[in-house]
Amino acid sequence: MSQIQNSNTADTVPMEDDTMAVSVRELTRNFGKFTAVDRVSFSVQKGEIFGFLGANGAGKTTTIRMLCGLLLPTSGQASIAGFNVYTEAEQIKMHIGYMSQRFSLYEDLTVRENIQFYGGVYGLSRKQIKEKTRELLDYLNLWDQANKLTADLPLGWKQRMALSTTLLHDPQIIFLDEPTSGVDPVSRRNFWLLIYKLAARGKTVFVTTHYMDEAEYCNRLSIMRFGKIVEIGPPGELKAKYHARTMQDVFMNIEHREER
Amino acid sequence: MDPLEIRNLKKSYGSVPAVKGVSFNLRKGEILGLIGPDGAGKTTIIRSVVSLLLADEGEILYMGKNIRDNPTYIRSRIGYMPQRFSLYPDLTVEENLDFFGDLFQVPKQKQKQRKEELYAFSHLGPFKKRRAADLSGGMKQKLALSCMLIHQPDVLILDEPTFGVDPVSRHEFWEILKTQSRRQGTSILVTTAYMDEAGQCDRVGLMFAGRILALDQPQELEKQFTDPLYVLHCPQPHEVFEQIYHDDSLYVANLFGEGVHITLPRERTEEQLRNYLQEKRLTITKIERIKPSLEDVFLKLMHG
Repeated sequence: MSQIQNSNTADTVPMEDDTMAVSVRELTRNFGKFTAVDRVSFSVQKGEIFGFLGANGAGKTTTIRMLCGLLLPTSGQASIAGFNVYTEAEQIKMHIGYMSQRFSLYEDLTVRENIQFYGGVYGLSRKQIKEKTRELLDYLNLWDQANKLTADLPLGWKQRMALSTTLLHDPQIIFLDEPTSGVDPVSRRNFWLLIYKLAARGKTVFVTTHYMDEAEYCNRLSIMRFGKIVEIGPPGELKAKYHARTMQDVFMNIEHREER
Repeated sequence: MDPLEIRNLKKSYGSVPAVKGVSFNLRKGEILGLIGPDGAGKTTIIRSVVSLLLADEGEILYMGKNIRDNPTYIRSRIGYMPQRFSLYPDLTVEENLDFFGDLFQVPKQKQKQRKEELYAFSHLGPFKKRRAADLSGGMKQKLALSCMLIHQPDVLILDEPTFGVDPVSRHEFWEILKTQSRRQGTSILVTTAYMDEAGQCDRVGLMFAGRILALDQPQELEKQFTDPLYVLHCPQPHEVFEQIYHDDSLYVANLFGEGVHITLPRERTEEQLRNYLQEKRLTITKIERIKPSLEDVFLKLMHG
């Protein structure tokens, strides 16, 4: 293993540590002369719920595309679930799950059929699909809805289903993009309880959001600005540091700094 | 006269009711926000108001005239920004503004003056030669709004204009809306799923399952929540929540990111709460009495 440089950043990232789900060190991506992601270093532990914040254009999407093995970095290192982003992009894709803001489900299929369909997409065997279907219906408390058409379900249930299809191939790391925007306050809380359950089973949850209420539920947050991570820590600590009552205040405070 | 009056609006899609009898007025110069989750009926109300959708029952009056009889009357006088507003991506910022200026038959001289005003408060001036396709999400929304303001409508109707926009751009967007309502007296009806935007409105309607659960000034809604509210600060709020939520005969518990919110019924004391929590041996760092947020109000209304 190469020697770990004594970096002056506070959170030096050990690259080979099996308690880490994500290890990123000096990760950089240029598009022509523009540096979208600028020597970013951080790590996320297994079982952690990590919030990834920043204004539009701060470099979040570029970072996530690199972490998902969809975009090669210009320089730096990153390992996801133990796989190298340069050389093992295909393995990375097999070990992560992704649920987007406006998720896609087949409305004309039942809940059970949707799970079976996505199981097929992920290449699970018939036996595996059967087992997984049972496990997910249990875990998401969806048995009563199993044979209902997806179109007829309230949004809160659809959202659980979308999560379940993300979990079919048993990914180590789950990426969620603004998972509870547009969901009612009661369903939002139920969804977060599911997320905490996932984390307790050792899954790592990576949340991107513009919704600061949602950010508050994460164990730890990072805030990106102009391609760099400018803050990282638990929401409580960040609020204390900025003498702010809410994460919204922290965010606005950081964004209105003049220096660049 | 209130510019908009909605009386007992009802609309179903097949057998699925979307709006179950909604009434409210949009007052002159106010920002009225309809806040609620997807599927609450917000978009159905908006589309009915702008006469794109025919309600099953009820009436909508624009400046006292029933829009059912005068659909073009309202369409030419309001600014309407739908959820997916289509700017012309190949046109520049300025060309988009010119296009909408012509469309709404604003005289050229007036258009010029309006554009300068709109550039000033949207900060889009430096980007006027940029193609709309190349703008950031926040800037696109500001341009879409500017296009809707070029003919200085008396009423502005916006459907989830800030969806997916970052907090800073959202803040700027709301500042534009406030300026418009304060300086020009524009009446604004706006929907959002983001609870944290409620405080930006003069009045807020909390919507759920086709109904408006409550409608008032944000601070008045918060005052309706009269039971004492506490937050239990703790390192693992969800674990504390799982331990105590089922004892809802004693109090109501709701999970928040910062901790667990507890509402005590009037007859229970803070001391009783403290003793109860002590018996449970939960890891709680601090118990603090707090003022209810709109989210607390919403949760209470949903619980019934």
